[in-house]
Amino acid sequence: MSINYSEKIPNNVDLANDRKLQRALEHWQPRFLDWWREQGPNDFASDDVYLRTAVGVDAQGWASYGHTRMPDYRWGIFLADPVADRTIGFGDHFGEPAWQQVPGELRSQFRRIIVTQGDTEPASVEQQHLLGLTCPSLYDLRNLFQVNVEEGRHLWAIVYLLHAYFGRDGREEAEALLERHSGDADNPRILGTFNEPISDWLSFFMFTYFTDRDGKFQLKSLAESGFDPLARTCRFMLTEEAHHMFVGETGVGRIVKRTLEVMKELGTDDPAAIRDHGAVDLQTIQRYLNFWFTSSLDLFGSEVSSNSASSFANGVKGRPDESQYEDHVCADATYDLETPDGIEQVNLRNAMNEVMRSSYVKDCEIGIKRWNMQIKRAGYETPLRLPSSRFRRSIGSWSNVPVDPEGNIIDRDAYDRQLTEWLPTESDQAFVHSLMKPVTAPGKMAGWIAPPDRGINKLPVDYEYVRHH
Amino acid sequence: MSKVNQQTTAESHALVTYDTHPDQYAHWKLSVDGPVATLSMDVNEDKGIRPGYKLKLNSYDLGVDIELYDALNRIRFEHPQVKCVVFTSAKERMFCSGANIYMLGLSGHAWKVNFCKFTNETRNGIEDSSRNNGLKFLAAVNGTVAGGGYELALACNEILMVDDRSSTVSLPEVPLLGVLPGTGGLTRVIDKRKVRRDLADVFCSTTEGVRADRAREWKLVDHIAKPQQFADALAERTAELVADSSRPDSAQGIVLSPLERTSDESGLRYRHVDVAIDRAARTATITVHSPTGDQPKDLEGIHAAGTNWWPLAMARELDDAILMLRSNELDVGTWILKTRGDLAAVEQMDALLIRRRGDWFVKETMGFIRRTFARLEVSSRTLFAIIDAGSCFGGTLFELALAADRSYMLATEDEEEQKPEIATSMLNFGAYPVVNQLTRLQNRFCGEGGPVEAVFNQCGERFDAASAMKLGLVTFAPDELDWDDEIRVAIEERASLSPDALTGMEANLRFAGGETMETRVFGRLSAWQNWIFNRPNAVGEQGALRVFGAGSKPKFDWERV
Repeated sequence: MSINYSEKIPNNVDLANDRKLQRALEHWQPRFLDWWREQGPNDFASDDVYLRTAVGVDAQGWASYGHTRMPDYRWGIFLADPVADRTIGFGDHFGEPAWQQVPGELRSQFRRIIVTQGDTEPASVEQQHLLGLTCPSLYDLRNLFQVNVEEGRHLWAIVYLLHAYFGRDGREEAEALLERHSGDADNPRILGTFNEPISDWLSFFMFTYFTDRDGKFQLKSLAESGFDPLARTCRFMLTEEAHHMFVGETGVGRIVKRTLEVMKELGTDDPAAIRDHGAVDLQTIQRYLNFWFTSSLDLFGSEVSSNSASSFANGVKGRPDESQYEDHVCADATYDLETPDGIEQVNLRNAMNEVMRSSYVKDCEIGIKRWNMQIKRAGYETPLRLPSSRFRRSIGSWSNVPVDPEGNIIDRDAYDRQLTEWLPTESDQAFVHSLMKPVTAPGKMAGWIAPPDRGINKLPVDYEYVRHH
Repeated sequence: MSKVNQQTTAESHALVTYDTHPDQYAHWKLSVDGPVATLSMDVNEDKGIRPGYKLKLNSYDLGVDIELYDALNRIRFEHPQVKCVVFTSAKERMFCSGANIYMLGLSGHAWKVNFCKFTNETRNGIEDSSRNNGLKFLAAVNGTVAGGGYELALACNEILMVDDRSSTVSLPEVPLLGVLPGTGGLTRVIDKRKVRRDLADVFCSTTEGVRADRAREWKLVDHIAKPQQFADALAERTAELVADSSRPDSAQGIVLSPLERTSDESGLRYRHVDVAIDRAARTATITVHSPTGDQPKDLEGIHAAGTNWWPLAMARELDDAILMLRSNELDVGTWILKTRGDLAAVEQMDALLIRRRGDWFVKETMGFIRRTFARLEVSSRTLFAIIDAGSCFGGTLFELALAADRSYMLATEDEEEQKPEIATSMLNFGAYPVVNQLTRLQNRFCGEGGPVEAVFNQCGERFDAASAMKLGLVTFAPDELDWDDEIRVAIEERASLSPDALTGMEANLRFAGGETMETRVFGRLSAWQNWIFNRPNAVGEQGALRVFGAGSKPKFDWERV
């Protein structure tokens, strides 16, 4: 097969002159397209979707808009521009020149971390592949597809690293990324959360708000990596990831807005009345929030971790925004960890997961504040809240400890009894699913979600973002 | 907490005992369903046998292995109808990640070596039961398996691994920890599984290991199955192994009652075994007593006696004594082996064992004795047998004298009654092979046929010191005038020599002839491992074992030695 590389695969890695990379991609690209057809939003393969495509890394290039059929989307390979004379910003190699090739001794460590990150990108496409059938508007449908194609591009970015720097092993891992499938009992995705289907839009918005934000923090920490191609790849992915969180934050915000409108219209905050009117009561939103926030917390790993220590020490993975810290070596620093048995002092290097989790929790609070401003303005005193990061954990020292959303250890029976108040119940899910009816007329919105404040790329909200064929 | 403090904690001398019961297991679940026993590993990370580390990811320490050893003996004796043992994990996607690295990093040399030895013996015991007693083992690897976890699987008859595109099998000790897969890993990969040498080199130096498909291709596992088909594959493999077993279809098990042991500063006392410790001399005198009183004559009686039947009771006590001494009495470097009682009773017991050897319980009991004697020989202690007045080194118990590095037999023409005698039985000619798979008599004569045949021709006869000397069955035969002094001097002299050199010398001389997998595990693999365990590259301040987990890279001395 001959491919016109710069045309078909926009890139800034000189693909046209790299025989080794071409050979790898020639083999992989058809498999990727098969995967997209089988696991992606294939019901919409012939539709023209108003998508942005990255064709360069500068201000104009990274967001070039136009209608395209998704299978024809030009998944590109981009690394953020190199920083001249970049040095490693943390760990035992602090101050040494950044690596342009993978050091042999760190090869498997890098490969594992890249594969684990890469595995989540196609996983989320798979999790969401039926959502399009129940879209609340063409605007949202388009946003879903934008997220999907960009997760696909992130997969390309990861596969580029595997192909370019990890030889035969890298090529095998790239294939394996297409062989595992979300929720497939025989070939599941690596991380548990990415095997749960996302079958309603409330979950989708929660996922893009909370779980994609975990992705953001992972990418930020890898953007600090001493392995320069990885750092540059992740820096560019972050520009796209921002949109995914925007989808989540505005999506939940618009549901809240609609709920408040219904509450005002009916003059009540009674959940049953709100549901009868086809909107989602705030309590249900809170339960979905509890579920997705807590399952995303587990993605950061154990509070005390030898892997995180060695990743940090070896210059593999730093802290998000490493430059904000004073000590970049952390050889002797300690961290006071809250455990069910009290404060435990551990080496800071072993606590990097927890450091990252704490910054993540802070970042999550920003959107919550915005949603609560609406609630307050509407005159209600029932704000949405992030549960304690000790609540419902399955990994680390708080795993399986009966803790209420405020963070108090409580009686096991009381915990089991109240879990249905804290997490979505089957009847919550059945209700949310009952709302999921497609709305596909330009500008129209489902009754449970408010229209967005503005459209995409300065276009009106009622623009035909997806043209059905 | 500083490293030094942690080390002190981990080394603090809490007495290690090997007593446990399925009701008390913290780390394993034993379930029995007809001919299949399932041992499900579910390590409780907070219940390490020593403080200072958490047993994450189904990693193990001595405490986990003590339970495993107990469980295997329960299956052997309490569940005779079990034909196949399935090892699996109760954890999601993690079969077993091997020995706990923090535990190894915190432990002193002796603790590590002791732990590895016991672990090795338990794995060898699995193969011994499969080879001799028809109990088959299947490793149902239902998640990632690494290091010692894979070494456990290697000891099984078959390995079935889940093919979920992410679980891997690995021996990451060399690249990750700067030590060896020391509980048989390196040996069994090539000797048992016949993995090609160059592929084994790749496998053993790769941290992340290989996934199921390549694992099968490289012969690291026998069968692979998708998660959805795993249960079916497991049932199929188990059925085949069950069909292959010679254990009984139905039989009443023998309950292993707790050992009656008292212990204090001066030693350990059991019903048939006694250990007297002389701390100044750094010796332990282990005395095994013959059966006394009426003994069962038929199978019904033997089964009724059960755990109290002398051969089993004696072997369990001796086994426990060896383990207790090895774990808790490191300075006691010389073990003096003695027997007391009625030689005729020992001979009659051997005759009964031979007559009833087809019975499952008798067979399992002899297996227990066989493994206990083997444990004695691989212990890093000097073994001297003292064949004095009142001793009863006959047949099975004569194996103790044969296992010893030297034996001293009293030569006396005095009262006929006080004159010690030894005797062989048919059991000395094949029932209790040494780890090199020779009988102890063959081993003694370095595989030469003539001297063994001379003994065989007089099988069943009793020998006094003079004839024993002539046949080469004892080392020295001092008379009663020299006896006390000879023995005292010999023991004092021995105890003064370098314990390291003695361990090395004894280990080299004890196992004559060709190598077997077990001698290679205990010899080549353990010796190299123990050398590495002593090197700064592993255990120095910047050594790989010490820095593991804290993130820093080890600093190696690059000189190849």
